[in-house]
Amino acid sequence: MSEINSIDKPASLVNSATSRHERWRLLKDQLARYGVVVGGLGVIVAIVLIFFYLLYVVFPLFLPAKVEMISHYALPEAALGKTMLLEVEEQNTLAVRYTDQGQAVFFDTKSGKTVLVQAIAIPKSAKISSFAKGSPANEGAVVYGLSDGRAIVAKHKFTVTFVDNKKTITPSIKYPLGEQPLVVNSNGTAIDNIAIKVGEDDTTIVAKSGDKIRVLNFAKEQSLFEEEAKWTHSEATLNMPASGVTHMLVDKEESNLFLLSNDGRLGFIDISDKTNPVIKQELNIVAAGTTVTSFEFLNGDLSLLIGDSNGLVSQWGMVKDATNRPALQKMREFKVSDKPILSINAEQRRKGFMAVDASGLVGIYHSTSEREMIKEQMAESAPAAVVMSPRASALMIQSDNGDIQFWHVDNEHPEVSIRSLWQQVWYESYAAPGYTWQSSSASSDFEPKYSLIPLVFGTLKAAFYAMLVAIPLSLMGAIYTAYFMAPKMRVIVKPTIELMGALPTVILGFLAGLWLAPFIEKNLAGMFSFLVIAPLGVMLFALLWQYVPKEHRQKIPEGWDAALLIPVIILSTWFAFAISVPLETMLFDQTLREWFKSEFGIGYDQRNAMVVGIAMGFAVIPTIFSIAEDAIFSVPKHLTVGSLALGATPWQTMTKVVLLTASPGIFSAVMIGFGRAIGETMIVLMATGNTPVMDISIFQGLRTLAANIAVEMPEAEVDSSHYRVLFLAALVLFLFTFIFNTLAEVIRQRLRERYSSL
Amino acid sequence: MIKAWFKSGEPWVWVNAAAVSTCLIMVIGVLGLLVVRGIGHFWPTSVAEFTYQQDDGTTQKIIGEKIDTSVMPLIMARESGFKMADSEDHLIQYQLKTGNRDVTAVDFRWIEERKIQHMEYPQELLVVERREWGNFYGRLVAVKSGGQVVASGEQALPMAQEKIANALEIFKQISHLEKKEIGSINYALERLRLKQRKLELKNALDATAKQAIVAEKAEYDVQYKQYQAQLAELYKKVRSDSLVLKTESDAEQTIPLAKIVRVYQPNTMNVFQKLGHYGVKFIEFLTDDPREANTEGGIFPAIFGTVMMVMLMAIIVTPFGVIAAVYLREYAKQGFVTRLIRIAVNNLAGVPSVVYGVFGLGFFVYILGGNIDQLFFPESAPAPVFGTPGMLWASITLALLTLPVVIVSTEEGLARIPKAIREGSLALGATKLETLWRTVLPMASPAMMTGLILAVARAAGEVAPLMLVGVVKLAPTLPLDGNFPFVHLDRKFMHLGFHIYDVGFQSPNVEAARPLVYATSLLLVLVIVGLNLAAILIRNNLREKYRALEG
Repeated sequence: MSEINSIDKPASLVNSATSRHERWRLLKDQLARYGVVVGGLGVIVAIVLIFFYLLYVVFPLFLPAKVEMISHYALPEAALGKTMLLEVEEQNTLAVRYTDQGQAVFFDTKSGKTVLVQAIAIPKSAKISSFAKGSPANEGAVVYGLSDGRAIVAKHKFTVTFVDNKKTITPSIKYPLGEQPLVVNSNGTAIDNIAIKVGEDDTTIVAKSGDKIRVLNFAKEQSLFEEEAKWTHSEATLNMPASGVTHMLVDKEESNLFLLSNDGRLGFIDISDKTNPVIKQELNIVAAGTTVTSFEFLNGDLSLLIGDSNGLVSQWGMVKDATNRPALQKMREFKVSDKPILSINAEQRRKGFMAVDASGLVGIYHSTSEREMIKEQMAESAPAAVVMSPRASALMIQSDNGDIQFWHVDNEHPEVSIRSLWQQVWYESYAAPGYTWQSSSASSDFEPKYSLIPLVFGTLKAAFYAMLVAIPLSLMGAIYTAYFMAPKMRVIVKPTIELMGALPTVILGFLAGLWLAPFIEKNLAGMFSFLVIAPLGVMLFALLWQYVPKEHRQKIPEGWDAALLIPVIILSTWFAFAISVPLETMLFDQTLREWFKSEFGIGYDQRNAMVVGIAMGFAVIPTIFSIAEDAIFSVPKHLTVGSLALGATPWQTMTKVVLLTASPGIFSAVMIGFGRAIGETMIVLMATGNTPVMDISIFQGLRTLAANIAVEMPEAEVDSSHYRVLFLAALVLFLFTFIFNTLAEVIRQRLRERYSSL
Repeated sequence: MIKAWFKSGEPWVWVNAAAVSTCLIMVIGVLGLLVVRGIGHFWPTSVAEFTYQQDDGTTQKIIGEKIDTSVMPLIMARESGFKMADSEDHLIQYQLKTGNRDVTAVDFRWIEERKIQHMEYPQELLVVERREWGNFYGRLVAVKSGGQVVASGEQALPMAQEKIANALEIFKQISHLEKKEIGSINYALERLRLKQRKLELKNALDATAKQAIVAEKAEYDVQYKQYQAQLAELYKKVRSDSLVLKTESDAEQTIPLAKIVRVYQPNTMNVFQKLGHYGVKFIEFLTDDPREANTEGGIFPAIFGTVMMVMLMAIIVTPFGVIAAVYLREYAKQGFVTRLIRIAVNNLAGVPSVVYGVFGLGFFVYILGGNIDQLFFPESAPAPVFGTPGMLWASITLALLTLPVVIVSTEEGLARIPKAIREGSLALGATKLETLWRTVLPMASPAMMTGLILAVARAAGEVAPLMLVGVVKLAPTLPLDGNFPFVHLDRKFMHLGFHIYDVGFQSPNVEAARPLVYATSLLLVLVIVGLNLAAILIRNNLREKYRALEG
């Protein structure tokens, strides 16, 4: 067609003014062509963009972490002794090094320049015999055990101040329990090994000297009138041989103590009563021939990380055993290398940790998702010290020749993996692995649990019950409307049912939640008796209708049976609900709800899958009805007429000819209806309790992917793992419906071609 | 006989017919339920006084509106813990709206019919609609002014009505001052602050500019003080008067006029008075702001927000939808690619709406909005302007959501136009654009209209994506007001559908809010059903028209 326009008209026929006009017209035509093509393709690109944008947000979840060395420099103040502990402050600008000479050296992480050197107030008369950092490490407490049986607790503090809008961080050393050393062993024997937990109001120190382990507790007594707090202290000695103990840890509640010897004997001691420690459990945790080389809490102090000489890190957690007593059990293990694990550093905000082996290989892992985020050779030989920054965004490593390397760590989403999303995960303080969705909680060391399985389960469950309601009603309705109904009635019925689909789902959800749910709760037996009585009533009416004299029967024109049935159904519904109570009383002598509970132990939720099924079925019926009706109605007439002419009854023609021909269309109608049920948000949001449980029972609630997005998305922090997992949920929904709809659409197009060929 | 009947397939036809009937009953039932419950909300119900026997044998007076009746069968009543005699076979309970939440802490209660000793409708019972604490039911004792009783007994009620009318007049002035005048001063001050910050960022805040800003600020401050003084005066006036009422237990309660919306005696009203009351309440519902955490008052901001959002959406979606359809039908070469695109477009109509919401939040709000803020509104950082959910993003998101509807419908319209018309136009020497513009598109305009109406109907009822991209439960200001630049597309807004969800499910007093939710639902359904019927009518007309053309 466009060729017609592009044919040049003879120039002689038009004067120059019209030719300018002509050119302008053609130019406009060209411009419009480009405009429309660009605009049209742009719209289509925009639509494709949705998919790619979702993918783009989800993608970083599965990227591996990255590490990058920022700087390296010689050990600051090497003359002040060997490093006992390295710590980096939260902003990653300063670090502190505790030495074996009792000095704390603060230095800049980028340049290694010393900022401050502070000697710990250790009495001249004593020597340092042991050292430990407090757990959790973010309080920055350390303890030096001395050769005269005393100990001193120090704490580094980084004060952030703003001067002229510039941030300055000033380091200092504090003594939370006073500058005077605490007497741990009154007999003056040296402390060989020490562990500490500094709490808000009380501090627990566990010290080993010789073959005795002593537990000390210092509680703060703040009196109203005195400035200085007083410390009251209690102590106890463990009633067990302690010679082999090499590692000791006190948890943050100061109620559990873990002792570990080199050969793998782990003791679990309850010290909630500080004067009377109770040994709860003793067990062997490594295979024969291997030794334990490192021992650390995972963040939250609920499980232990144990590194051994074979390069294996295993996680042991407190799990309730058969008698409901807490007992240690191995939850999972990580193979780092074949060399002994030199040290383990737990992240302070997440359930991840860093392990370093004797060859200088550094691995960063996440416990519950079982992901290995990083494995990198950072040093040539066994490093002298390593530390991970509090936000897990940097790490510092001191090699044995005294060099310090400072690395940047980019590890945003370790807690999400294909495994943690789709498989059973054993979370801390859970009895067994399971599927759990729990994205947030009030407590700060809570671990988010992102299993999509309960949500997918809820989605499918809701869709299943909705289809259970919708398929029979809509398909049978479509069959009748398309094939048996009088055309005059069809003109009214079809738009009415299609109007049903236009009702906002928020209204259906509101009615389902606030009207239907209490109604069903009260009339559960009625609902079931309706299912039986209504079809029976219809059958009975149809049977009796035959015996109605012909002259009366013929008053109703053919194809108006459905109108006739409306009062019948209303009456039988009324009858079903009316007899349900006496029936219930007679059969069970209690309500059906109670009977289910007492007989089968099936609990009843007011907003349950049945309510969702009915409400969402209502929303899906028009979709399926409309498409299926179209498919049946457009079955070519000569097929049905031929069948009828051969003597088949209308019903036989229906089932044997029409349904068979239209079956792809009906299938695609069901597919599209299913897609709609899966993505429906407001109805499930309002008609269920939104609890992510996995229970197939029709009387229990559920939580779907879509409702979950609507509930949690506004609260999710941008670019956090939670945000991205919700995007993943949206992507899953998108793909689900896209596949179903495409399938349906392709089938429908095929069908159309087939009809046109018939 | 019966066997033969079954064999004929006749019963199955009946069962299929029953399915249609059931669907029809469901649709009509739902609409009927909404109409009955939604319409009843504004009708003044008679207030009854019950003499009610309590568990300890003493009697108690209860005043309230009977709003619901529940009949519980024997077994269920027993399970719920009621003591039932063997002679009783069911338990009848009434739900009363007893109001007086400030006195009794609850404004609804269930009472058992068997314990009611006496029930009557005393003429003098008064319903007081208040600005807080819900309704008050009781008897009027006196009217006080400045602490002195000015009327009591018979004269009290007319006096009270008169005073309330005055108070409402004053209230109108107060709300005008607070919302319009002081609101615009606050807005101007905020703009001034942003201006200053902008100059600061540009390093252009010199002494003269500073002075100008300070001077302007001082001017506003003077105005502000004036308005404050006026307000104080009005408040003083309205606070001096009060009503003294008696509750059911004869306790006296003083309610200042400042807290009263209206008083009426439902038991003395005749049908016409009730109708008048109904009309007033209905207009209040349509034109007023919500009160008491959205459970009372009107829904005007929600209606306004919905309409404005839908209009914006229509403005955005129409050109894009039409261009895409024209491209697909008139310009693109028909083949595999167009078929693929049609499948994709059809599919998008089936993608869950919440997914569009997620996309809108991530892409429009955070990426587009965040960049717009950085480029054009650096002065208001860290507070976001467009980098937060709002009107603009909500309408763009919904435009994307309804795009397939418009494309499909327009395409259908284009496909129906006989080829002869196009060819005729081209043969007469028109360019393709002229053919499209002068003949094809005008003929397809009813189809576009249908598509647009369907899109509007869908957008008006959609809630899930809006929850992510801009709807709030209570917006302090409308997105359109008298302050320059008048249209504030960055503002959050209220929406009828979300209002239903929020008030029905998130409200602290769901029981009190329920009638309002029914009324809101009815309104929304009427709008949407109306729009759909319009679309159907247009579609049918269109078919007629082309049938004539083809013939």
